Amino acid sequence: MAYSEKVIDHYTNPRNIGTLDKASDTVGTGLVGAPECGDVMRLQIQVNEETGVIEDAKFKTFGCGSAIASSSLATEWIKGKTVDEALSIDNMDIVEELALPPVKIHCSVLAEDAIRAAINDYRQKRGLEPLVSDKVHH
Amino acid sequence: MRLPIYLDNNATTQVDPRVFETMTPYFLENFGNAASKSHAFGWAAEEAVDYAREQVAKIIGANSKEIIFTSGATESNNLAIKGVFEMYAAKGNHIITVITEHKAVLDTCKHLEKLGAEITYLSVAENGLIDMAQLEQAIRPTTILVSVMYGNNELGVLQPVREIGALCKKHGVLFHTDATQAVGKIPVDVIADNIDLLSFTAHKMYGPKGIGALYVRRKNPRVKVTAQMDGGGHERGMRSGTLNVPGIIGFGKACEIAIQEMESEAVRLSAMRDRLEAALLQLEESYVNGSREHRLPHTTNISFKYVEGEGLMMGIKDIACSSGSACTSASLEPSYVLKSLGLDDELAHSSIRFGLGRFTKDEEIDFAIDLVTKAVNKLRDMSPLWEMHKEGIDLKSIEWSEH
Repeated sequence: MAYSEKVIDHYTNPRNIGTLDKASDTVGTGLVGAPECGDVMRLQIQVNEETGVIEDAKFKTFGCGSAIASSSLATEWIKGKTVDEALSIDNMDIVEELALPPVKIHCSVLAEDAIRAAINDYRQKRGLEPLVSDKVHH
Repeated sequence: MRLPIYLDNNATTQVDPRVFETMTPYFLENFGNAASKSHAFGWAAEEAVDYAREQVAKIIGANSKEIIFTSGATESNNLAIKGVFEMYAAKGNHIITVITEHKAVLDTCKHLEKLGAEITYLSVAENGLIDMAQLEQAIRPTTILVSVMYGNNELGVLQPVREIGALCKKHGVLFHTDATQAVGKIPVDVIADNIDLLSFTAHKMYGPKGIGALYVRRKNPRVKVTAQMDGGGHERGMRSGTLNVPGIIGFGKACEIAIQEMESEAVRLSAMRDRLEAALLQLEESYVNGSREHRLPHTTNISFKYVEGEGLMMGIKDIACSSGSACTSASLEPSYVLKSLGLDDELAHSSIRFGLGRFTKDEEIDFAIDLVTKAVNKLRDMSPLWEMHKEGIDLKSIEWSEH
Protein backbone atom coordinates (compact mmCIF):
# COMPACT_ATOMS: atom_id res chain seq x y z
CA MET A 1 0.00 0.00 0.00
CA ALA A 2 1.34 3.42 -0.86
CA TYR A 3 1.56 5.98 1.92
CA SER A 4 0.87 9.66 1.36
CA GLU A 5 3.78 12.08 1.37
CA LYS A 6 2.61 13.58 4.65
CA VAL A 7 2.52 10.19 6.35
CA ILE A 8 6.02 9.47 5.08
CA ASP A 9 7.20 12.88 6.29
CA HIS A 10 5.81 12.36 9.83
CA TYR A 11 7.15 8.81 9.93
CA THR A 12 10.60 9.87 8.78
CA ASN A 13 10.76 13.05 10.87
CA PRO A 14 8.33 12.52 13.71
CA ARG A 15 7.55 15.67 15.72
CA ASN A 16 7.59 15.74 19.50
CA ILE A 17 8.80 12.25 20.32
CA GLY A 18 9.54 11.90 23.98
CA THR A 19 8.39 11.56 27.52
CA LEU A 20 7.07 14.08 30.05
CA ASP A 21 7.06 13.45 33.78
CA LYS A 22 3.81 11.57 34.25
CA ALA A 23 3.89 12.18 38.00
CA SER A 24 3.71 15.97 37.53
CA ASP A 25 0.38 17.66 38.36
CA THR A 26 0.52 19.68 35.19
CA VAL A 27 1.09 16.69 32.91
CA GLY A 28 -1.72 14.58 31.48
CA THR A 29 -0.90 11.15 30.04
CA GLY A 30 -3.09 9.16 27.67
CA LEU A 31 -2.23 5.57 26.83
CA VAL A 32 -4.56 4.02 24.27
CA GLY A 33 -4.68 0.96 22.04
CA ALA A 34 -3.38 -2.49 22.81
CA PRO A 35 -0.24 -4.41 21.89
CA GLU A 36 -2.27 -7.31 20.49
CA CYS A 37 -4.05 -4.96 18.12
CA GLY A 38 -0.73 -3.72 16.82
CA ASP A 39 -1.19 -0.10 17.93
CA VAL A 40 -0.36 1.60 21.20
CA MET A 41 -0.15 5.38 21.51
CA ARG A 42 1.02 7.35 24.49
CA LEU A 43 0.35 11.06 24.26
CA GLN A 44 1.31 13.51 26.98
CA ILE A 45 0.44 17.14 27.48
CA GLN A 46 2.01 19.78 29.68
CA VAL A 47 -0.67 22.31 30.61
CA ASN A 48 -0.25 25.83 31.95
CA GLU A 49 -2.54 25.80 34.96
CA GLU A 50 -3.45 29.48 34.70
CA THR A 51 -4.15 29.77 31.00
CA GLY A 52 -5.20 26.21 30.26
CA VAL A 53 -2.84 26.26 27.27
CA ILE A 54 -1.03 23.07 26.26
CA GLU A 55 2.53 24.29 26.32
CA ASP A 56 4.19 21.03 25.37
CA ALA A 57 3.09 17.71 23.95
CA LYS A 58 5.05 14.48 23.50
CA PHE A 59 4.21 11.09 22.09
CA LYS A 60 5.51 7.60 21.67
CA THR A 61 3.73 5.14 19.40
CA PHE A 62 3.98 1.44 18.67
CA GLY A 63 2.26 0.89 15.36
CA CYS A 64 2.26 1.26 11.63
CA GLY A 65 3.36 4.34 9.73
CA SER A 66 -0.14 5.82 9.77
CA ALA A 67 -0.40 5.40 13.54
CA ILE A 68 2.95 7.09 14.05
CA ALA A 69 2.00 9.92 11.68
CA SER A 70 -1.44 10.40 13.31
CA SER A 71 0.04 10.79 16.76
CA SER A 72 2.88 12.98 15.54
CA LEU A 73 0.37 15.27 13.82
CA ALA A 74 -1.85 15.30 16.90
CA THR A 75 0.97 16.60 19.10
CA GLU A 76 1.79 19.23 16.53
CA TRP A 77 -1.81 20.41 16.42
CA ILE A 78 -2.54 20.54 20.15
CA LYS A 79 0.62 22.41 21.09
CA GLY A 80 -0.33 26.03 21.80
CA LYS A 81 -4.04 25.25 21.95
CA THR A 82 -6.09 25.39 25.10
CA VAL A 83 -7.39 22.13 26.52
CA ASP A 84 -10.88 22.97 25.28
CA GLU A 85 -9.65 23.78 21.80
CA ALA A 86 -7.69 20.52 21.69
CA LEU A 87 -10.86 18.61 22.48
CA SER A 88 -12.45 19.88 19.32
CA ILE A 89 -9.98 18.05 17.08
CA ASP A 90 -11.89 15.47 15.11
CA ASN A 91 -10.38 12.24 13.87
CA MET A 92 -11.60 13.05 10.36
CA ASP A 93 -9.41 16.17 10.37
CA ILE A 94 -6.44 13.86 10.79
CA VAL A 95 -7.71 11.52 8.08
CA GLU A 96 -8.00 14.43 5.71
CA GLU A 97 -4.67 16.02 6.54
CA LEU A 98 -2.75 12.75 6.16
CA ALA A 99 -4.89 11.35 3.32
CA LEU A 100 -5.38 8.12 5.26
CA PRO A 101 -7.09 5.30 3.37
CA PRO A 102 -10.21 3.68 4.90
CA VAL A 103 -8.27 0.77 6.49
CA LYS A 104 -6.20 3.33 8.41
CA ILE A 105 -9.02 5.42 9.83
CA HIS A 106 -8.69 3.58 13.14
CA CYS A 107 -5.24 5.20 13.51
CA SER A 108 -6.86 8.64 13.51
CA VAL A 109 -9.52 7.48 15.96
CA LEU A 110 -6.78 6.27 18.24
CA ALA A 111 -4.99 9.62 18.03
CA GLU A 112 -8.19 11.46 18.97
CA ASP A 113 -8.72 9.00 21.82
CA ALA A 114 -5.15 9.64 22.97
CA ILE A 115 -5.73 13.41 23.12
CA ARG A 116 -8.92 12.83 25.09
CA ALA A 117 -7.28 10.35 27.46
CA ALA A 118 -4.42 12.76 28.15
CA ILE A 119 -6.85 15.59 28.89
CA ASN A 120 -8.90 13.34 31.13
CA ASP A 121 -5.84 12.32 33.08
CA TYR A 122 -4.97 15.99 33.53
CA ARG A 123 -8.55 16.80 34.62
CA GLN A 124 -8.56 14.02 37.16
CA LYS A 125 -5.30 15.24 38.61
CA ARG A 126 -7.00 18.58 39.15
CA GLY A 127 -9.99 16.99 40.79
CA LEU A 128 -12.33 17.50 37.84
CA GLU A 129 -14.81 14.99 36.51
CA PRO A 130 -13.57 12.99 33.54
CA LEU A 131 -15.15 13.85 30.24
CA VAL A 132 -17.85 11.53 29.08
CA SER A 133 -17.41 10.65 25.46
CA ASP A 134 -20.63 10.98 23.55
CA LYS A 135 -18.94 11.16 20.24
CA VAL A 136 -19.70 8.71 17.51
CA HIS A 137 -16.60 8.02 15.45
CA HIS A 138 -16.79 8.15 11.71
CA MET B 1 23.35 -2.52 -5.84
CA ARG B 2 19.84 -1.90 -7.12
CA LEU B 3 17.14 -0.90 -4.63
CA PRO B 4 14.86 -2.21 -3.35
CA ILE B 5 16.57 -5.53 -2.73
CA TYR B 6 14.39 -8.61 -2.97
CA LEU B 7 14.19 -10.82 0.11
CA ASP B 8 10.70 -12.22 -0.42
CA ASN B 9 11.56 -15.41 -2.27
CA ASN B 10 8.94 -17.40 -0.34
CA ALA B 11 6.31 -15.28 -2.06
CA THR B 12 7.71 -15.71 -5.53
CA THR B 13 11.03 -15.79 -7.34
CA GLN B 14 12.54 -14.09 -10.32
CA VAL B 15 12.42 -16.26 -13.44
CA ASP B 16 15.91 -17.57 -14.12
CA PRO B 17 17.09 -16.07 -17.45
CA ARG B 18 17.94 -19.61 -18.61
CA VAL B 19 14.31 -20.58 -18.00
CA PHE B 20 13.02 -17.54 -19.81
CA GLU B 21 15.24 -18.26 -22.80
CA THR B 22 13.98 -21.84 -23.02
CA MET B 23 10.37 -20.65 -22.98
CA THR B 24 10.43 -17.96 -25.67
CA PRO B 25 10.27 -20.22 -28.77
CA TYR B 26 7.04 -21.71 -27.41
CA PHE B 27 5.27 -18.38 -27.66
CA LEU B 28 6.41 -17.40 -31.15
CA GLU B 29 7.39 -20.45 -33.18
CA ASN B 30 6.29 -23.66 -31.52
CA PHE B 31 2.97 -22.30 -30.39
CA GLY B 32 1.03 -25.49 -31.15
CA ASN B 33 -1.55 -27.15 -28.94
CA ALA B 34 0.04 -30.22 -27.39
CA ALA B 35 -3.25 -32.06 -27.96
CA SER B 36 -3.24 -31.45 -31.72
CA LYS B 37 -2.30 -34.85 -33.12
CA SER B 38 -2.70 -33.99 -36.80
CA HIS B 39 0.16 -31.61 -37.57
CA ALA B 40 3.74 -30.67 -36.83
CA PHE B 41 2.87 -27.74 -34.56
CA GLY B 42 1.06 -30.07 -32.21
CA TRP B 43 3.77 -32.74 -32.39
CA ALA B 44 6.51 -30.24 -31.53
CA ALA B 45 4.53 -28.98 -28.55
CA GLU B 46 3.75 -32.49 -27.36
CA GLU B 47 7.35 -33.58 -27.64
CA ALA B 48 8.54 -30.59 -25.65
CA VAL B 49 5.88 -31.17 -22.99
CA ASP B 50 6.89 -34.83 -22.70
CA TYR B 51 10.48 -33.82 -22.11
CA ALA B 52 9.51 -31.19 -19.55
CA ARG B 53 7.25 -33.68 -17.79
CA GLU B 54 10.26 -35.96 -17.31
CA GLN B 55 12.27 -33.10 -15.79
CA VAL B 56 9.42 -32.15 -13.47
CA ALA B 57 8.94 -35.78 -12.40
CA LYS B 58 12.66 -36.25 -11.82
CA ILE B 59 12.99 -33.50 -9.22
CA ILE B 60 10.66 -35.39 -6.87
CA GLY B 61 11.77 -38.91 -7.86
CA ALA B 62 8.51 -39.66 -9.69
CA ASN B 63 7.59 -41.18 -13.02
CA SER B 64 6.51 -38.71 -15.71
CA LYS B 65 3.12 -40.46 -15.99
CA GLU B 66 2.45 -39.42 -12.39
CA ILE B 67 2.60 -35.67 -13.11
CA ILE B 68 -0.66 -33.74 -13.61
CA PHE B 69 -0.04 -30.18 -14.75
CA THR B 70 -2.19 -27.51 -13.11
CA SER B 71 -2.26 -23.71 -12.90
CA GLY B 72 -0.26 -23.71 -9.67
CA ALA B 73 -0.04 -25.08 -6.16
CA THR B 74 -3.42 -23.70 -5.07
CA GLU B 75 -5.14 -25.68 -7.80
CA SER B 76 -3.00 -28.73 -7.03
CA ASN B 77 -4.03 -28.59 -3.38
CA ASN B 78 -7.68 -28.21 -4.33
CA LEU B 79 -7.49 -31.09 -6.80
CA ALA B 80 -5.69 -33.37 -4.36
CA ILE B 81 -7.99 -32.84 -1.40
CA LYS B 82 -11.34 -32.41 -3.14
CA GLY B 83 -10.40 -35.10 -5.66
CA VAL B 84 -9.60 -37.64 -2.94
CA PHE B 85 -12.69 -36.71 -0.94
CA GLU B 86 -14.90 -37.45 -3.95
CA MET B 87 -13.04 -40.49 -5.23
CA TYR B 88 -12.78 -42.24 -1.85
CA ALA B 89 -16.22 -41.31 -0.52
CA ALA B 90 -17.07 -45.00 -0.17
CA LYS B 91 -14.12 -45.51 2.17
CA GLY B 92 -14.71 -42.58 4.47
CA ASN B 93 -15.01 -38.83 4.94
CA HIS B 94 -12.29 -38.00 7.46
CA ILE B 95 -9.28 -35.85 6.58
CA ILE B 96 -6.42 -34.86 8.86
CA THR B 97 -4.50 -31.66 8.33
CA VAL B 98 -2.61 -29.04 10.37
CA ILE B 99 -3.54 -25.53 11.53
CA THR B 100 -0.38 -24.03 10.01
CA GLU B 101 -1.19 -25.16 6.47
CA HIS B 102 -1.55 -22.66 3.64
CA LYS B 103 -5.05 -21.26 3.07
CA ALA B 104 -5.25 -23.26 -0.15
CA VAL B 105 -5.39 -26.37 2.04
CA LEU B 106 -7.30 -24.98 5.02
CA ASP B 107 -10.02 -23.29 3.01
CA THR B 108 -10.40 -26.34 0.80
CA CYS B 109 -10.94 -28.41 3.95
CA LYS B 110 -13.45 -25.88 5.27
CA HIS B 111 -15.30 -26.11 1.96
CA LEU B 112 -15.44 -29.89 2.26
CA GLU B 113 -16.75 -29.66 5.82
CA LYS B 114 -19.85 -28.04 4.37
CA LEU B 115 -20.17 -31.04 2.07
CA GLY B 116 -20.04 -33.53 4.92
CA ALA B 117 -16.33 -34.05 5.47
CA GLU B 118 -14.95 -34.42 8.97
CA ILE B 119 -11.66 -32.61 9.37
CA THR B 120 -9.14 -32.88 12.17
CA TYR B 121 -6.85 -29.85 12.42
CA LEU B 122 -3.68 -30.86 14.26
CA SER B 123 -1.96 -28.24 16.38
CA VAL B 124 1.78 -27.67 16.37
CA ALA B 125 4.39 -27.29 19.07
CA GLU B 126 6.21 -24.03 19.77
CA ASN B 127 8.75 -24.94 17.07
CA GLY B 128 6.03 -25.37 14.45
CA LEU B 129 6.29 -29.16 14.23
CA ILE B 130 3.39 -31.59 14.54
CA ASP B 131 3.40 -34.36 17.13
CA MET B 132 3.59 -37.78 15.49
CA ALA B 133 1.74 -39.50 18.35
CA GLN B 134 -1.09 -37.00 18.02
CA LEU B 135 -1.27 -37.68 14.28
CA GLU B 136 -1.45 -41.44 14.83
CA GLN B 137 -4.18 -41.02 17.43
CA ALA B 138 -6.20 -38.92 15.02
CA ILE B 139 -6.35 -41.67 12.39
CA ARG B 140 -9.74 -43.44 12.31
CA PRO B 141 -11.20 -46.21 10.17
CA THR B 142 -12.90 -43.51 8.08
CA THR B 143 -9.72 -41.49 7.50
CA ILE B 144 -9.05 -41.17 3.80
CA LEU B 145 -6.32 -38.54 3.69
CA VAL B 146 -3.59 -36.91 5.71
CA SER B 147 -2.48 -33.54 4.29
CA VAL B 148 0.62 -32.03 5.89
CA MET B 149 2.80 -29.43 4.21
CA TYR B 150 6.47 -30.11 3.56
CA GLY B 151 7.93 -26.68 4.38
CA ASN B 152 5.93 -23.85 5.89
CA ASN B 153 5.62 -20.69 3.82
CA GLU B 154 5.88 -18.26 6.72
CA LEU B 155 8.47 -19.97 8.88
CA GLY B 156 10.31 -22.34 6.58
CA VAL B 157 9.78 -25.10 9.17
CA LEU B 158 9.98 -28.62 7.71
CA GLN B 159 7.53 -31.23 8.96
CA PRO B 160 8.75 -34.81 9.50
CA VAL B 161 7.48 -35.86 6.08
CA ARG B 162 9.27 -39.21 5.93
CA GLU B 163 7.82 -40.30 9.28
CA ILE B 164 4.36 -39.10 8.28
CA GLY B 165 4.58 -41.03 5.01
CA ALA B 166 5.60 -44.21 6.81
CA LEU B 167 2.80 -43.83 9.34
CA CYS B 168 0.19 -43.27 6.64
CA LYS B 169 1.41 -46.30 4.74
CA LYS B 170 1.18 -48.40 7.90
CA HIS B 171 -2.44 -47.35 8.37
CA GLY B 172 -3.41 -47.50 4.70
CA VAL B 173 -4.24 -43.80 4.55
CA LEU B 174 -3.29 -41.59 1.60
CA PHE B 175 -0.70 -38.89 2.26
CA HIS B 176 -0.76 -35.54 0.48
CA THR B 177 1.89 -32.89 1.02
CA ASP B 178 1.93 -29.29 -0.13
CA ALA B 179 5.61 -29.09 -1.07
CA THR B 180 5.39 -25.68 -2.73
CA GLN B 181 8.20 -24.18 -0.63
CA ALA B 182 10.39 -27.28 -0.53
CA VAL B 183 10.73 -28.59 -4.09
CA GLY B 184 13.81 -27.15 -5.75
CA LYS B 185 15.23 -26.03 -2.40
CA ILE B 186 15.88 -29.36 -0.69
CA PRO B 187 15.84 -32.96 -1.99
CA VAL B 188 12.31 -34.34 -2.14
CA ASP B 189 11.71 -38.02 -2.91
CA VAL B 190 8.16 -39.32 -3.18
CA ILE B 191 9.31 -42.96 -3.03
CA ALA B 192 11.52 -42.70 0.05
CA ASP B 193 8.97 -40.45 1.77
CA ASN B 194 5.92 -42.59 0.85
CA ILE B 195 4.09 -39.59 -0.55
CA ASP B 196 0.92 -40.34 -2.51
CA LEU B 197 0.05 -36.84 -3.67
CA LEU B 198 2.34 -33.82 -3.82
CA SER B 199 1.61 -30.22 -4.84
CA PHE B 200 4.29 -27.91 -6.21
CA THR B 201 4.66 -24.90 -8.45
CA ALA B 202 7.16 -23.36 -10.82
CA HIS B 203 7.24 -19.76 -9.64
CA LYS B 204 8.76 -20.56 -6.24
CA MET B 205 11.75 -22.14 -7.96
CA TYR B 206 12.73 -19.57 -10.58
CA GLY B 207 10.13 -20.68 -13.09
CA PRO B 208 7.11 -18.81 -14.45
CA LYS B 209 3.83 -18.13 -12.65
CA GLY B 210 0.66 -19.89 -13.70
CA ILE B 211 2.05 -23.41 -13.90
CA GLY B 212 2.17 -26.06 -11.22
CA ALA B 213 1.78 -29.77 -10.85
CA LEU B 214 0.19 -32.44 -8.74
CA TYR B 215 2.03 -35.71 -8.36
CA VAL B 216 -0.45 -38.59 -8.20
CA ARG B 217 1.07 -41.96 -7.33
CA ARG B 218 0.43 -44.75 -9.83
CA LYS B 219 1.81 -47.79 -7.98
CA ASN B 220 1.59 -49.11 -4.41
CA PRO B 221 -1.07 -47.87 -4.19
CA ARG B 222 -2.55 -46.63 -7.44
CA VAL B 223 -4.12 -43.30 -6.46
CA LYS B 224 -6.93 -41.60 -8.31
CA VAL B 225 -8.55 -38.22 -7.85
CA THR B 226 -11.88 -37.04 -9.22
CA ALA B 227 -11.36 -34.23 -11.72
CA GLN B 228 -12.39 -30.79 -10.50
CA MET B 229 -12.18 -29.30 -13.98
CA ASP B 230 -14.24 -31.02 -16.63
CA GLY B 231 -13.55 -30.85 -20.32
CA GLY B 232 -11.36 -32.53 -22.90
CA GLY B 233 -9.98 -35.15 -20.54
CA HIS B 234 -6.39 -33.92 -20.53
CA GLU B 235 -3.86 -35.11 -17.97
CA ARG B 236 -5.21 -38.66 -17.75
CA GLY B 237 -8.68 -37.28 -17.23
CA MET B 238 -7.76 -35.63 -13.95
CA ARG B 239 -7.36 -32.06 -15.20
CA SER B 240 -8.93 -30.85 -18.41
CA GLY B 241 -7.77 -27.73 -20.18
CA THR B 242 -5.31 -26.95 -22.96
CA LEU B 243 -1.81 -27.37 -21.65
CA ASN B 244 0.15 -24.21 -20.84
CA VAL B 245 3.01 -25.24 -23.10
CA PRO B 246 5.44 -22.34 -22.53
CA GLY B 247 4.78 -22.58 -18.79
CA ILE B 248 5.40 -26.31 -18.76
CA ILE B 249 8.63 -25.89 -20.74
CA GLY B 250 9.76 -23.25 -18.25
CA PHE B 251 8.77 -25.42 -15.30
CA GLY B 252 10.79 -28.30 -16.78
CA LYS B 253 13.85 -26.13 -17.27
CA ALA B 254 13.53 -24.69 -13.75
CA CYS B 255 13.48 -28.25 -12.38
CA GLU B 256 16.48 -29.26 -14.48
CA ILE B 257 18.51 -26.31 -13.17
CA ALA B 258 17.41 -26.95 -9.58
CA ILE B 259 18.39 -30.63 -9.77
CA GLN B 260 21.90 -29.56 -10.79
CA GLU B 261 22.33 -26.56 -8.50
CA MET B 262 20.12 -27.18 -5.48
CA GLU B 263 22.82 -28.69 -3.31
CA SER B 264 25.41 -25.95 -3.72
CA GLU B 265 22.73 -23.28 -3.67
CA ALA B 266 21.38 -24.52 -0.34
CA VAL B 267 24.86 -24.33 1.18
CA ARG B 268 25.37 -20.80 -0.09
CA LEU B 269 21.93 -19.54 0.92
CA SER B 270 21.91 -21.09 4.37
CA ALA B 271 25.30 -19.50 5.09
CA MET B 272 23.93 -16.10 4.06
CA ARG B 273 20.68 -16.66 5.95
CA ASP B 274 22.58 -17.65 9.08
CA ARG B 275 24.74 -14.55 8.80
CA LEU B 276 21.68 -12.31 8.48
CA GLU B 277 19.97 -14.08 11.37
CA ALA B 278 22.99 -13.95 13.68
CA ALA B 279 23.45 -10.23 13.04
CA LEU B 280 19.78 -9.41 13.68
CA LEU B 281 19.70 -11.53 16.83
CA GLN B 282 22.32 -9.14 18.18
CA LEU B 283 19.40 -6.78 18.70
CA GLU B 284 17.89 -7.18 22.16
CA GLU B 285 14.55 -8.96 22.39
CA SER B 286 14.65 -10.43 18.91
CA TYR B 287 13.61 -14.01 18.35
CA VAL B 288 13.55 -16.55 15.53
CA ASN B 289 10.07 -18.01 15.05
CA GLY B 290 9.82 -21.76 14.56
CA SER B 291 12.41 -24.51 14.56
CA ARG B 292 15.87 -23.43 13.45
CA GLU B 293 16.95 -27.03 13.07
CA HIS B 294 14.16 -28.37 10.85
CA ARG B 295 14.03 -25.57 8.36
CA LEU B 296 14.39 -24.61 4.72
CA PRO B 297 17.86 -23.23 3.96
CA HIS B 298 16.78 -19.85 2.64
CA THR B 299 14.11 -18.65 5.07
CA THR B 300 14.08 -16.95 8.45
CA ASN B 301 11.23 -15.38 10.39
CA ILE B 302 12.26 -13.00 13.16
CA SER B 303 10.21 -11.06 15.70
CA PHE B 304 11.54 -7.76 16.99
CA LYS B 305 9.64 -7.29 20.21
CA TYR B 306 8.07 -3.87 20.92
CA VAL B 307 8.27 -2.86 17.26
CA GLU B 308 5.22 -3.19 15.03
CA GLY B 309 5.84 -5.13 11.83
CA GLU B 310 4.15 -2.84 9.36
CA GLY B 311 5.81 0.21 10.85
CA LEU B 312 9.11 -1.62 10.55
CA MET B 313 8.42 -2.54 6.93
CA MET B 314 7.95 1.14 6.19
CA GLY B 315 11.34 1.88 7.73
CA ILE B 316 12.99 -0.80 5.62
CA LYS B 317 11.15 -0.10 2.41
CA ASP B 318 14.36 -0.65 0.47
CA ILE B 319 14.03 -4.31 1.40
CA ALA B 320 11.14 -6.24 -0.16
CA CYS B 321 10.01 -8.70 2.50
CA SER B 322 6.87 -9.76 4.40
CA SER B 323 5.46 -9.20 7.86
CA GLY B 324 3.27 -11.38 10.05
CA SER B 325 1.44 -8.23 11.00
CA ALA B 326 -1.78 -7.97 9.06
CA CYS B 327 -2.58 -4.34 9.69
CA THR B 328 -3.10 -3.80 6.01
CA SER B 329 -5.93 -6.30 5.96
CA ALA B 330 -9.30 -5.39 7.34
CA SER B 331 -9.14 -8.03 10.05
CA LEU B 332 -6.26 -6.52 12.08
CA GLU B 333 -5.45 -10.13 12.94
CA PRO B 334 -1.80 -11.09 12.93
CA SER B 335 -0.62 -14.25 11.18
CA TYR B 336 -2.49 -17.39 12.23
CA VAL B 337 0.67 -19.40 11.65
CA LEU B 338 2.64 -17.37 14.18
CA LYS B 339 -0.25 -17.44 16.65
CA SER B 340 -0.46 -21.21 16.36
CA LEU B 341 3.10 -21.41 17.71
CA GLY B 342 1.72 -19.87 20.88
CA LEU B 343 3.22 -16.46 20.16
CA ASP B 344 1.61 -13.46 21.82
CA ASP B 345 -0.22 -11.24 19.36
CA GLU B 346 2.29 -8.49 19.93
CA LEU B 347 5.19 -10.75 18.95
CA ALA B 348 3.26 -11.94 15.92
CA HIS B 349 2.70 -8.30 14.96
CA SER B 350 6.45 -7.73 15.25
CA SER B 351 7.63 -10.38 12.83
CA ILE B 352 9.43 -10.11 9.52
CA ARG B 353 10.05 -12.96 7.09
CA PHE B 354 13.21 -12.86 5.02
CA GLY B 355 13.39 -15.23 2.07
CA LEU B 356 16.72 -15.40 0.27
CA GLY B 357 17.09 -16.69 -3.25
CA ARG B 358 19.33 -17.65 -6.13
CA PHE B 359 20.00 -14.03 -7.02
CA THR B 360 20.65 -12.73 -3.48
CA LYS B 361 24.12 -11.24 -3.07
CA ASP B 362 26.33 -10.91 -0.02
CA GLU B 363 26.31 -7.11 -0.25
CA GLU B 364 22.52 -7.17 -0.12
CA ILE B 365 22.68 -9.08 3.16
CA ASP B 366 25.12 -6.46 4.52
CA PHE B 367 22.68 -3.76 3.46
CA ALA B 368 19.72 -5.56 5.05
CA ILE B 369 21.52 -6.07 8.36
CA ASP B 370 22.44 -2.40 8.54
CA LEU B 371 19.02 -1.06 7.54
CA VAL B 372 16.96 -3.39 9.77
CA THR B 373 19.18 -2.69 12.77
CA LYS B 374 18.83 1.07 12.33
CA ALA B 375 15.08 0.90 11.77
CA VAL B 376 14.44 -1.34 14.80
CA ASN B 377 16.49 0.96 17.02
CA LYS B 378 14.74 4.07 15.71
CA LEU B 379 11.25 2.60 16.18
CA ARG B 380 12.10 1.36 19.65
CA ASP B 381 13.16 4.87 20.58
CA MET B 382 9.63 5.97 19.75
CA SER B 383 7.85 2.89 21.14
CA PRO B 384 6.01 3.32 24.46
CA LEU B 385 6.18 -0.45 24.93
CA TRP B 386 9.96 -0.46 24.66
CA GLU B 387 10.15 2.34 27.24
CA MET B 388 7.92 0.37 29.62
CA HIS B 389 9.98 -2.75 29.06
CA LYS B 390 13.13 -0.81 29.88
CA GLU B 391 11.48 0.51 33.05
CA GLY B 392 10.71 -3.06 34.04
CA ILE B 393 6.94 -2.74 33.63
CA ASP B 394 5.18 -5.99 32.77
CA LEU B 395 2.98 -5.19 29.79
CA LYS B 396 0.58 -7.92 30.84
CA SER B 397 -0.13 -6.02 34.05
CA ILE B 398 -1.62 -3.12 32.12
CA GLU B 399 -5.30 -2.86 31.31
CA TRP B 400 -5.27 -2.00 27.62
CA SER B 401 -8.09 -0.12 26.02
CA GLU B 402 -8.92 -2.24 23.02
CA HIS B 403 -10.47 -0.45 20.13
